[in-house]
Amino acid sequence: MPNVLFYLFAALTVGSAVAVVFNKNTVNAAVCLLVSLLGVAGIFALLDALLLSALLILVYAGAVVALFLFIVMLLKPQVETKKPYKKMSVVAGAFAAALLGLGVFSFVSRGQFSSAPATEAFAGGMKEYGAKLFTTYLLPVEVVGFLLLVAMLGVIVLSKKFEEKEEIK
Amino acid sequence: MTIGLNEFLIVSALLFAVGFFGVLVRKNTLVIYMCLELMLVASTIALVAFSRFNGTLDGNVFVFFILTVAAAEVAVGLAIIVALFRKRGSVQVQDLNALKN
Repeated sequence: MPNVLFYLFAALTVGSAVAVVFNKNTVNAAVCLLVSLLGVAGIFALLDALLLSALLILVYAGAVVALFLFIVMLLKPQVETKKPYKKMSVVAGAFAAALLGLGVFSFVSRGQFSSAPATEAFAGGMKEYGAKLFTTYLLPVEVVGFLLLVAMLGVIVLSKKFEEKEEIK
Repeated sequence: MTIGLNEFLIVSALLFAVGFFGVLVRKNTLVIYMCLELMLVASTIALVAFSRFNGTLDGNVFVFFILTVAAAEVAVGLAIIVALFRKRGSVQVQDLNALKN
């Protein structure tokens, strides 16, 4: 049963990622990104990372994709009459992506990874996360909190209108 | 056949390659940004898989931080794109050639 679920989620993830790349409509691309992220959340759940799976749906599907859709609405993108990509860049991009994929694939196929999970009873509950976050990773938690504050201030400054400066150009 | 570490890594590599392809090929800045997000998420799949098959929680905590930083990054990046649209009136990369010549 987990095998079927794994293949289902993997196909969902990669298939809708391809749909993101080849969609002409930006709104459709954002919705395909949402479906792809749901597949990733399923893969996380199969890897016993239930908290991360819930967080991925909350943060990505709830905030990031909604923000993308909001910005798409705000920018009211012009109707693309031309093709969204050049033929030459498709060839070059496919070559580069295939090179990258083959590199990782050869790394995976020749590596000496043990295929069995190390511990069957994998402790990944809220309690373990909390203990880690407030002992070993206390400094990163503080730094990330500060980073969020800086990002918030940066967004406020960036999205403010500086009209006198725009006239100078 | 059971699902091992390799299958998760292959999915991660495929997703990363698809996102990379999208970044190289597309011309709309918003779609390029979405593909960047896909690449980021692909790397987190590899981290969670390594963490699970290693039996430790550290990779998961690392992904926790990656999610936080990604949220901040998306907010700032989209604000930059909006500012760019106000200035240049377009989000297509072929119109953003101020550094040319």
